[in-house]
Amino acid sequence: MIFPEHELHFFQKFGLTGRLIERCLGEALSAGGDFADLYFESIASTSISVDESLVKSASQGVSAGCGIRVCSGDRTGYAYTDDLSAERLMRAARTAALIADGPSKQQMAGFREAPKASLYPISAADADPGVAPKLELVMRADRAARAYDARIVQVRAGYNDELRHILIAASDGTFAHDTQPLARLNCYVIAKDGSQSSRGGSGGGGRVELNFFEGDKSPEHFAREAARQAILQLSAVAAPAGDMEVVLGPGWPGVLLHEAVGHGLEADFNRKKTSAFAGLIGQQVASSKVTVVDNGTMPSRRGSLNVDDEGSPTQETVLIENGILKGYLSDKLSARLMGMADTGNGRRESYQHIPMPRMTNTYMLSGEDSPEDILRSVKRGLYAVNFGGGQVDITSGKFVFSASEAYLIEDGKITAPVRDATLIGNGPEALKYVSMVGNDLALDEGIGTCGKDGQSVPVGVGMPTIKLDRMTVGGTGR
Amino acid sequence: MSTVTPISTTESKTDMQQVAADVVERALRAGAAEAEAVIREGDEFSTVVRLGQVETLKESGARGIGLRVFLGASGGYRTANTSTSDFSEPGLAHLISGAIDLAQVTSQDPFAGLPEPSAMGQLPGDLSLFYNDVYSMPTAERIEYARRAEAAALSADPRLTKSDGGSFDAATGHKVMANSRGFVGEYRRSYCSLSAMPIAETEKGAMQRDYWFSSARTLARLDSPESIGAEAARRTLRRLNARRVPTQRVPIVFAPEIARSLIGNIFEAANGDSIYRGASFWTNQLGKQVASANVTVIDDGTMPGLFGTAPFDGEGLPTRRTVIIENGVLKNYLLNTYTGRKLNMPSTGNASRGLAGTPGIGAGNLFLEKGTVSTQQLLSDIKVGFYVTELMGFGVNMVTGDYSRGAAGLWIENGELTFAVEEVTIAGNLKEMLNNIVAIADDLEFRGSVASPTLRIDGMTIAGE
Repeated sequence: MIFPEHELHFFQKFGLTGRLIERCLGEALSAGGDFADLYFESIASTSISVDESLVKSASQGVSAGCGIRVCSGDRTGYAYTDDLSAERLMRAARTAALIADGPSKQQMAGFREAPKASLYPISAADADPGVAPKLELVMRADRAARAYDARIVQVRAGYNDELRHILIAASDGTFAHDTQPLARLNCYVIAKDGSQSSRGGSGGGGRVELNFFEGDKSPEHFAREAARQAILQLSAVAAPAGDMEVVLGPGWPGVLLHEAVGHGLEADFNRKKTSAFAGLIGQQVASSKVTVVDNGTMPSRRGSLNVDDEGSPTQETVLIENGILKGYLSDKLSARLMGMADTGNGRRESYQHIPMPRMTNTYMLSGEDSPEDILRSVKRGLYAVNFGGGQVDITSGKFVFSASEAYLIEDGKITAPVRDATLIGNGPEALKYVSMVGNDLALDEGIGTCGKDGQSVPVGVGMPTIKLDRMTVGGTGR
Repeated sequence: MSTVTPISTTESKTDMQQVAADVVERALRAGAAEAEAVIREGDEFSTVVRLGQVETLKESGARGIGLRVFLGASGGYRTANTSTSDFSEPGLAHLISGAIDLAQVTSQDPFAGLPEPSAMGQLPGDLSLFYNDVYSMPTAERIEYARRAEAAALSADPRLTKSDGGSFDAATGHKVMANSRGFVGEYRRSYCSLSAMPIAETEKGAMQRDYWFSSARTLARLDSPESIGAEAARRTLRRLNARRVPTQRVPIVFAPEIARSLIGNIFEAANGDSIYRGASFWTNQLGKQVASANVTVIDDGTMPGLFGTAPFDGEGLPTRRTVIIENGVLKNYLLNTYTGRKLNMPSTGNASRGLAGTPGIGAGNLFLEKGTVSTQQLLSDIKVGFYVTELMGFGVNMVTGDYSRGAAGLWIENGELTFAVEEVTIAGNLKEMLNNIVAIADDLEFRGSVASPTLRIDGMTIAGE
């Protein structure tokens, strides 16, 4: 193909040429590899924070580099460079090539660029609003949190954004490029009342620009939410301990799905049969009320991508349909080795990392029940609406997620707030106990970062209100 | 501080020192009152062998430079940071002008600024942090190392049917720092590690995985692949047929590799950043009894060859030994220059500095001093208890001390480890947990920069069936 060189970031800014891309791929395959790709990345990031009502510091950073991968069967060779000169790119290609050992056998296919979605706004670089309006966002958050209640004694608010340019060229003909914005506003507070202290935190964002925070997702919205949580926690009682009925609120509690089923359905673990879900396709892994999807195509969402980090278009993938396990999330390597379709879930933290199957936005579809009916149905249990992080052991299936805002339910009514508690369950079993699914699906505010094998990527989660007839709550009380 | 040498400005600078010093000098000329530059260079190699075949092979390097500037103003400095991977002339010019521009919009802060010159310095002599040999093995031998570790694990027992592989990693890092108050320093560190991650399966197909590893600054100190594989196998097999236990309160024993995480919690509680914000339950607790009288916790960045050792901290202060808890009494917080000024105390030389952002707080080698009883004796006093070998999740609230985490391990009956336990939580409050450390074993070993002996804590709740 003829590269639109005059339009592309890496051609303009780094002197990359179509000829050099072809030479690098040729070098990468020179030892007999059967697939190679180049991943060019350049990131400009800004971080600004307010602490004790002072903007104590602001940071900006730029980085650029290229990762070169060669696959030979199920083997992967990888090398990267932060110097995009022809000499260093060719050297990285030679290093990665050595995963294979034989004569070159692969013919380069002609490049083709697939039409791609346009899920997020891209301003021209010269439209950068500068730091001042970002600073105003964090100052507004600070003021709003302090104004919420005199017991709010400390406020930290931060704004982070980045603009990532990527370009991917592969020996299978893939040619893709994308410009990906990502922004997030956070507010953390400490409340104090006599000898009691508590914390609260809130935040949000997505693949958005500054104007996102001018609407209902304002600095005041996040600040008040953080302050509300902290004040609430001042009067929290001990969380109960043991198995009980648990109601999870809509939105961020969807982190349950991310841990309980999402990771276990990533194709690499299933190809290696090291996942507790291996071999369960077509089987009942959740109650018939449960349908779970991963969807990388939602406009402006934190987990969304026009193309994944292998240049494949993202899509909506059904993971669980009416309780039956339907599919896995795959990248190119697992798709090829397992003989399945590539679902566009090949992602990586940066050019220094090898791509692997990862989630995008993972959520449960709405059901029929009203949230009020769900709460009314519980005699004694826990209602958890906000969570910290979660974690899963893919192999045993055991997962945890930690509630940061939860309440006792007694005789169908929400009563006392409880202190932080971790919930634990077994992935292939936990969702079988889902007995009610609300009609109020919501996605999280845009704060999730998922870690796997030391690589972090932004993700989204979502869920309607649901009731689990049994889950283990890790408190200290009765 | 007899171990500290004054900074010599007469020695000739290395190339990277010169780059850092030039950037500082140019920042001053561009209008900064003070400046600090840090350069990091790193190389890495890693390979994973799975089921005897190479799965991944990765080899590369990268570098970056970070700049922190202070703009003069009566009433306090304004501060900003920039970083880049672009060392070209335009790249460095942008780094400097960007930092100056950015600092114009930040607030004046009377506590901001570089350390006093009298506080700066570095440990003399060879701290045994860098060994060339981590890269000395040919690639084929590195792969063979990883293959042997995995093979040793999988051959230990027929129930070990699957694998997340054996891996060998090597890395070197080079850190250079210079500031406008005369500090110039650099050091190199090397690292290598070998691990095995086997998976065991019951007849019914229930799988468990675990791992074991060895890491060192030199190949000469790595455990053999065979011993790593054998230990990984032992740890994985003992998790098979795990079951839940009822909700109850029994003594909890934290195995050393898990007790480390509690030492990590102690670090967070003593972190000066959290202390001055009131975000730690140890705010205003200096001099008070915060743990059992048998508990002494030390941070020591000076121990030769260990993973938390460096000649100077992230602001150019010599590292040192700081007693955090002595016989249960809270003696010191861990501070950098900024948090020290906020609390009206000297820095403890615990500044940590990445390329971007302001310095945070980092630990050196952080450990709880060993006790006098053997692990066996510690267990033998327990009629019914839970020996924890794995913790999951992030359920620790440093403001309140509330602690609730997923756990797996082995059940203790009459002083003996019996069946495997999983899918339960353990919960309590860190303030009470530290005061309920009723026994400390003598098995302290540094496998990383944070270390603890086996600990017994009473009064926690297990949530299960």
